[in-house]
Order: sequence, then C-alpha cells, then structure tokens
Amino acid sequence: MAEAQKERLTDIGPPHYEKHLPPIIKDNYGKWKYHEIVKPGVLLHVSESGAKLWSVRAATPRILSIVSIRQICDLADKYCDGYLRFTSRNNIEYLVTEEKNIDPLIKETTAIGYPVGGVGHALSNIVHTQGWVHCHSAATDASGIVKAVMDDLFEYFAEEKFPGKLRIALACCLNMCGAVHCSDIAILGVHRRPPKIDHNNVNKICEIPNLIASCPTGAIRTATVNGQPSVEIVEDLCMFCANCYTVCPALPINDALNDGLSIWVGGKVSNARSTPMFSKLAIPWLPNNPPRWPEVTDAVKNIVEVWAANARPYERMGEWINRVGWAKFFDLTGIEFTKHHIDSFKHAGTTFATSAQIRF
Amino acid sequence: MAEKKKVRKTPLLDELDKGPWPSFVKEFKTLQEKKEVVDDLMGQLEHSYETRIGYWKHGGIVGVMGYGGGVIGRYSALPDKFPAAKHFHTMRINHPAGWFYTTEALRKLCDIWEKHGSGITNMHGSTGDIVFLGTTTDELEPTFSDLTEAGFDLGGSGSNLRTPSCCCGQARCEWACYDTMGLCYDLTMEYQDELHRPQFPYKFKFKMAGCPNDCVASVARADLSIIGTWRDDIQIDHDAVKAYVDNGFDIVRDVLMNCPTKCIDWDNKTLTIDNSNCVRCMHCINAMPKALAPGKDRGATLLLGSKAPIIEGAMLSSVLVPFIKLEPPYQELKDIIEAVWEPWAEYGKNRERVGEFIERVGKGNFLEEIGLEPVPEMVKHPRENPYIFYDEYFEDEDEEESEEG
Repeated sequence: MAEAQKERLTDIGPPHYEKHLPPIIKDNYGKWKYHEIVKPGVLLHVSESGAKLWSVRAATPRILSIVSIRQICDLADKYCDGYLRFTSRNNIEYLVTEEKNIDPLIKETTAIGYPVGGVGHALSNIVHTQGWVHCHSAATDASGIVKAVMDDLFEYFAEEKFPGKLRIALACCLNMCGAVHCSDIAILGVHRRPPKIDHNNVNKICEIPNLIASCPTGAIRTATVNGQPSVEIVEDLCMFCANCYTVCPALPINDALNDGLSIWVGGKVSNARSTPMFSKLAIPWLPNNPPRWPEVTDAVKNIVEVWAANARPYERMGEWINRVGWAKFFDLTGIEFTKHHIDSFKHAGTTFATSAQIRF
Repeated sequence: MAEKKKVRKTPLLDELDKGPWPSFVKEFKTLQEKKEVVDDLMGQLEHSYETRIGYWKHGGIVGVMGYGGGVIGRYSALPDKFPAAKHFHTMRINHPAGWFYTTEALRKLCDIWEKHGSGITNMHGSTGDIVFLGTTTDELEPTFSDLTEAGFDLGGSGSNLRTPSCCCGQARCEWACYDTMGLCYDLTMEYQDELHRPQFPYKFKFKMAGCPNDCVASVARADLSIIGTWRDDIQIDHDAVKAYVDNGFDIVRDVLMNCPTKCIDWDNKTLTIDNSNCVRCMHCINAMPKALAPGKDRGATLLLGSKAPIIEGAMLSSVLVPFIKLEPPYQELKDIIEAVWEPWAEYGKNRERVGEFIERVGKGNFLEEIGLEPVPEMVKHPRENPYIFYDEYFEDEDEEESEEG
C-alpha cells in the first residue's frame, strides 16, 4: 500500500495567494490608480502603468456543486486565462484582461445561471448561513429565503437603481454565523419557545454546571426530575438565545409552531460618512412559510422601496432613518411599532428618547 | 451502465428552482442522480419545508488526527428515512488570501470532493473558508490527505483561532493602505497551531480590511479588526476634480455636504481639505475615485472585540491602537496580538469572547494588563458616571507625605 506510506502532512496552511494571482495582478500589485463602473456588474481597475483589468461580478447561491464550479472554471479558462476570484459576499469575479471578452462572458455566465450585477449602488448578494440544509440550531432555512428575496428584488441587482449601497444579510438563528447585526436589512431566524428539557438525557450527555453557567439571564437552575439530576428553566427569564442548547443537546429549542423570522434595519460596517452602526428591530416576528416565505419577501421589498424612494444620494438605510427619525420610518413603511421594539436587555435605558426634539 | 436512477420528488424545493436568481436547488440537482447523499439531503430538506423545522442533530466530535478543529460533525436526526445523509460532516478548508484561484486548483478541489464527499460546497463560508458540505467519518482522513497533497489545509472551528480573511487589498484596489493579503497569509502561517488546536476560551477572528470602507466587515465580525488608514493628507488631483465638476457632478451636494466633519471646501475652482480634521471616512474618495486618494503615510487602525449576540449581546470592535505601520515581519502587531491573547486565555470564562472579557474586567484594566497607554481615540467620550474604581487610596500618614512633596 503505497498510499499508507505517504508522509502525513499537517499545518501546511493555505496555498500562498501568489500562486493564484493572474499575471496582470502580479505586475500591478499595489500600483492600482483608480477604478470605475463601466456597466452594471463590471468594474474597471486602471493601474499607474496603464494596465486595465475588468472584473465581471456574477451572483452565486453560495451553495455550489462541483459540477457548477467546473462550468465556472470553463468560462474562466475561455475568457480569463484560468483565473477568477470570489468576493466576501459569495459572488464570482471573473478577471478579464481583454475588453472584447466582457460581453460574451456575460452572456455565457448568465446562460449557465450566474447573472451579472451587484456593483455600486445596486443590491449585492445576501450574505447568509446554512439553515435547514446543514445546521442543528436553525430557526429557519437560509438559502430558500435568500432565493425568494433575491428573485423578488432581482431588478435592483441587475442595475444600479438605488440612491446608495444596500446590504442585506440573513442568519438562521441568533448565533449569527452570518453576523447580520450590522446590515442595512437583516433577516434573522428567531426561536420563541423555551427549550423542552429531555430529563432522561441531561445528566448523561451534558455537564450541568456548564449548562447553568451558559444562560446569560440565569434562567436555568438545578432540579431533580424522576429521581435523576436535571435542570429546570424559569420561563419568564428565557430570551430564546439558545446558548444552552449549544452547550447541551438535551435542551432542544427548535419549534415548528413558534420559530420564525425577524427583520432588522439600518446597520452598516463602512466608515463612509457615518460610523458603523448596528441594525435595529423593524419587525419582531414573521412566520416560516416555505417554499417562498411571502411575508418576508413582501416586508423586505416594502422597506427597500420606501428607502429607495426617500433617501438622498449615498444615504444608507440607517443614515436615512437617522435623518428623518424612526417615527417617520414606521409611518412610511406602515410597520406597526410594538412593545417588543423597546429594548429590555442590558443598557436598554440608553436607547430611550431623552429630549423634546420630536417631529410632528 | 445502469438506466437513469430514480430520484426523490421535491415539489416544494422545485418552487425554488424557478426565478432569475441563482438557485441552490439547481445546484443540488446537478448531483442528485449521481450522489445518493445529495438525493437524501434534498429529501430531508423537503421534509423540513413540509414541517417547518430542521432535522440535523447536534454536532459530534469528529475530526482529523492531531487537529481540534476544521471539521463540524453533523448527523441526520432521521437516519432511517435518509440513510445516505446519516453522517453529513462539514470540512472547512483554509482559502487562499483574497479568494483568488487558478481554475486548476479549483478543479483539483472538485476532484477531491467528488471522490470523498457529497460534491456540494459553499464558496465560501461566513468566516471565509471553502466549505465542503457532507461526508462520512471514514472519509475525513482520506479527504485531508488528498487536500494536503494538493497544497490545502483545514481552517478553524470551535475555540480556535478561526481562518483569517481579508479584502483583495493591493491585489486589485487602489485604496488598500497596507498589504492585506500579505498580512493575512503571514498571520495564518505564524499561528497554525492556534488555528488547528483549540487553546482559547472561545473563538478568535482576524479580519484585514485595506481601508475604512471595510469590505470584509471586520469591525463587526472580527475579534481583531485591522482596518487600513493613513496619517498624512488626502492626495488630490485638481484637474480630475475639475473634470468631475465639468461633467455635471454635484460636488457640493454629494461631497461637501456628506463630509462628516465638514473639513472640505470648494470655491468653484479649487478643492481644499483640512486634513487635521478629516476622520478618514473615505466618502469623498469613494465619490471621486479618479480625483482623490488616501495619503502616502499608510498603515492601519487596530480595533478589538466585535462579535455577534451570543452571549452578552452584539458588539463592534473598539479602538486599541489608532495607528500602526504594517510591514513584514509585522513584529509589533504580533506582540500586541500575543499580549491580548495572554490574559484572555488565562482568565476568560468558557465561551467568553475577548470583547465580553474586556467589558467584564474593564477596558482600562485590560490596557494596563497588556501594556498599552490609554488615549482619547479609544473612547467615544470619557465616562459620564462618577463611579470610578480606584485601586489605591491614601492613608492619613500618606497625606502628610504627599503634602511635604
């Protein structure tokens, strides 16, 4: 068995990026002078040397099969000398050095299902998580909602129709593998029922002290149930974060009747104009309604279009809301403001309005 | 050889095979006949769509020899109904910095995953890794062996350093204030042990953004956010400014009025910037990329502590070092990183991120511990409450001594 005698390599780290850079990038590394958007989805970077690189940005569903990756590679071989990259928002960027290749490439990548767009003041891909495809703590699916929302907003991806940048993100539970807490619009899966305790297994598969310590509100206490060591939950203190379930599988929190989606708005990470901001609650709960989640797609489209109609050039969702006020946001979007919108966790008081400056 | 294989019917998922946006269902279907695991994955997902709940069991501890991370154990809760998806482990593979690929390398990865797993990937996962979705425990070690032979290694998971990631930086952006990809690769290689073997209270992430636009969301998603900036003056090409205006660009509305510190002036001929009051927000540069550019004395701001809500609520990173030069071998940065890790690794509670740790022990105390001087750039404003925790106080005798002095 020659296979078994092979030296076992470990800790080699990722391949050096230089091996993956096209010659034009190696030659112009650190020498780029400016860029412009030449058409929807196409960026042109120009170097001090005069070299030109076109990046053709195409959407993916993030989940890609090896069959599709090979098709994408075929296009990169044909039009980009065998080089491409992916973006932090799961887009493909075909790296093109010959202008004549742009249009045929756009045609072919669209034909195989990866359309071009999402640059500048257009809607880029939705950063998202695994959902029911692969996660144990998901309160909803991820890929399905993303597909439904982007189908609905496709025109805004394909062309620059917005006043400024709009970034949507989705996380299927509060763990937020998608870290959606600083997005213009965040779609977040939420649980609404305390974990159901599997008393026969708590002591077998979990460490009870760790489990108790995992609860940020101290809602979990020791209990003896049917003569076995277990825990009880003070349900009034549970805020459905699921941290206990993460440390103890015997406290399942997923619940078909109560799980659903919440919508958050106004976050950003860039420093442009205003400092980075968290997203704030717009809609506390919408139902899980597969396969197309119409309540979610309608809610997102409404918020997007109200912002697009009212924001000034460059103004992000949060900047627009800060200018016009939250009352106007709820008024224009028709979203109901409820007691759940008023913070009740740590430092909640810092979010209460403390002036008589009110718009009438 | 065999006739066309029968596959499961998935009427709900089929609804998502329609419409203009790329469909993940289409991705599954490319392998549904070839890979039983994909057919069963689709079956289980269809069942989730019918019943509105997930069916994956809580992870188990699986991995490759000698590593404590990089593999997420996953098992179906309905193994009798979907036997081929009984084991459905994820492998995280450390991507090349900046997510640049030759098609040759991508095809190699495809061949490995066709041989050992479901053939389904994420390009990429939230932290930046190439994600191989779905294989069995038996296949983990052989996959790892083929990956390392092809020059790839696993990324981080659990209480490890997580796979560092960065924007494309100087490879394709004129705004990059340091070599993000160079630094990302350097730190990844320097800290291979921390990346593969859990030794922290919880996860730790690095993200490198070349400028304050922060295209990798480092300020929200990295425990250590390394955001490029500059100390000297914004570079102005006055002819190019004029060209923008001559072409109808509304410089007053779109640039001056959007400047957060109102440090830009325009007298219909010349643009002037009071750089001493510029906060390096990037807006004017973003709006006029042909005319303005970051200055030449470039480096980065280090910010520490961002995270998603679990456990104590979401946090943004906060300023640790207002400006640092970043040139290989990056020793000053590495000294800071290791100084940050030491007290956190020693005193951090289980599942406590460094941002939560700092909030618990106090940022002032933390700075003292790691040997950094407090500076006003670190806070939005000084404290508003009078509840200062003094470590020491004078006794009567001390007071006399101090009067003498």
